[in-house]
Amino acid sequence: MAPLSDDTVTQDGDAAAQAALPGDGLREGIVDALRAAIGEGLVDTHLSPNDDLWVRVSTDAWRATGEALKAAGFTYFCFLSAIDWMPSPYGTGEVDPDDGPLEIDPTIVQGVTGGETRMQVFARVTDISRHVGVTIKADVPDPAEGTSPVMDSWSSLYAGANWHERECHEMFGIGFNGHPDLRNMYLPTEFEGFPLRKDFPLLARMVKPWPGIVDVEPMPEVEEEAPAADAEVATEGDAS
Amino acid sequence: MTMTDRQQLSYIASQAADARLNVELETEGMTLNIGPQHPATHGTLRIICRLDGEQVIWAEPVAGYMHRGYEKLTEVRTFPQVTSLVNRIDWLGSFANEVPFILAAEKLMEIEAPPRAQVIRTILFELSRIANVSLFLGDLGVQMGAITPVFLAFRDREYVLNLIEGATGGRFHPNFDRIGGLKDDLPKGWIDETRTVVKKLMDFCDTIEDLLFGNEIFQSRMRGIGIIPADIAKDYGLSGANLRASGVDWDLRRDQDLPMAWDKADWKVWTHPDGDSWARCWIRLQETRESCKIVEQLLDQIPAGPIMTKVPRIIKVPEGEAWVSTENPLGEMGYYVVSKGGLGPFRVKIRSASFNNISIVPWALKGVYVPDIITILASLYFILGDIDR
Repeated sequence: MAPLSDDTVTQDGDAAAQAALPGDGLREGIVDALRAAIGEGLVDTHLSPNDDLWVRVSTDAWRATGEALKAAGFTYFCFLSAIDWMPSPYGTGEVDPDDGPLEIDPTIVQGVTGGETRMQVFARVTDISRHVGVTIKADVPDPAEGTSPVMDSWSSLYAGANWHERECHEMFGIGFNGHPDLRNMYLPTEFEGFPLRKDFPLLARMVKPWPGIVDVEPMPEVEEEAPAADAEVATEGDAS
Repeated sequence: MTMTDRQQLSYIASQAADARLNVELETEGMTLNIGPQHPATHGTLRIICRLDGEQVIWAEPVAGYMHRGYEKLTEVRTFPQVTSLVNRIDWLGSFANEVPFILAAEKLMEIEAPPRAQVIRTILFELSRIANVSLFLGDLGVQMGAITPVFLAFRDREYVLNLIEGATGGRFHPNFDRIGGLKDDLPKGWIDETRTVVKKLMDFCDTIEDLLFGNEIFQSRMRGIGIIPADIAKDYGLSGANLRASGVDWDLRRDQDLPMAWDKADWKVWTHPDGDSWARCWIRLQETRESCKIVEQLLDQIPAGPIMTKVPRIIKVPEGEAWVSTENPLGEMGYYVVSKGGLGPFRVKIRSASFNNISIVPWALKGVYVPDIITILASLYFILGDIDR
């Protein structure tokens, strides 16, 4: 693997530039207003100044957060979905299966704003008049064996959440209390399993591993030795 | 909220439909299946309608005939490979699908494409919008039994597709956008060729306006039909022309800060207060013209310089989460990308415009008459691949 050349933008430089930015009053105000509305329910926030805002709320405050945000002007519903933070036990399919058994670290690490459970729901709403959006996350309590996790539904709050929750229920097996109709959208009714959970195997990849492993020829030795002189930029695969 | 006469009529009709469903006076209903194979569905969407006489009292779209599971597939692809998947979401404006994903990856890597690449990206983005929406404009006629406009649309879209092919090598699935820039520079003579094509497309817009929008039958079938008020539109997350036709002044090209070149051109965001089928179609017509203007202006200001910033040969995206959405031909198209620092994304949530745009159908079809189903669906404009992903 070629090391980064010297003039690649490093993260440090950008972090310094971000620190120099003035505070983001608009988004800080949103956080303050939300804290006033739901109090203890607001668990964590992450603010990227003049860019984006994440908030994590407790499971119980999920619906109250939606209500508070809608009242605060976030009337445009963007999307609602879930993340399964468990690392896939099947790997990403890029490793040649002949290289021996996969080594996978099963530690669950939640992303921005942290978390305590394997699954999180997240949604995004936008305030069209103030040109600002916010991503809301909430932990989905890990259910007892054999039952499925349940959240409160947003469908009576944002009408658009109806289909998104149906999709989420189908793909992640998360139930939504108060949703009128959690039928499957894509899969047959009798389908078993939840495709977007990480422990659901992608059968096509199980049967036939990524062809790139066998097709792509190894890089020529010369390039490996002198990567710095090679100003040519990478394109994907480079097999052809 | 004050309602116009048309909105009031439509409201009364939907209330009447509700009442009929609830009281014993209900006549024996009939269930009408539209699709899955129907020219108005741009793919395979099925709409189940319960009718009372000529009026719809309940409607439910059934999607999922074309679900390809891209969110799962992205988890076993590397970042550069994902563009070839997302190309196929909205297949009429493929290049526009790549851009937000690439921008999200670039945001995580904290790099930006060089100015030349940004301008070329924007030009190609707008060309794919023109290709996409011109087909919509032609197809509108077909929904109402007029055959001519669709031939005009296919003829003129061909010029745009030829341009896209000339620049990227692919007519429908360019797969041209790269993390850090573009695959190639523009070919020789492409800019002049584009200028002539843009003029042709402007003429096409004029023709369609004369042929369709000035047509009495078209007007009577579109005006006052399928009214969606602004608050309902926002509630359902309608985006793009559907939202602007309800009077909401919101365009992601103008209203957010992205490393693209829309701010370098002088153009206008059109809105319409009516929120009916007519308004949605009219907005799209105007937007095609605006797109032509954007392309025309940007052709004059393509800066010199590289088309690719320096990126490592094997792209690893640092750990983090990013959300980037752009104003695609169909509406707001966004990607929520979660990276764990590996070669491929950990999770990609694809927010496609048509999914939200079609989720309003049960609301919008309530109380309308059977022939209006088709015009409302046509005016909402969806691509099946964009619903099912």
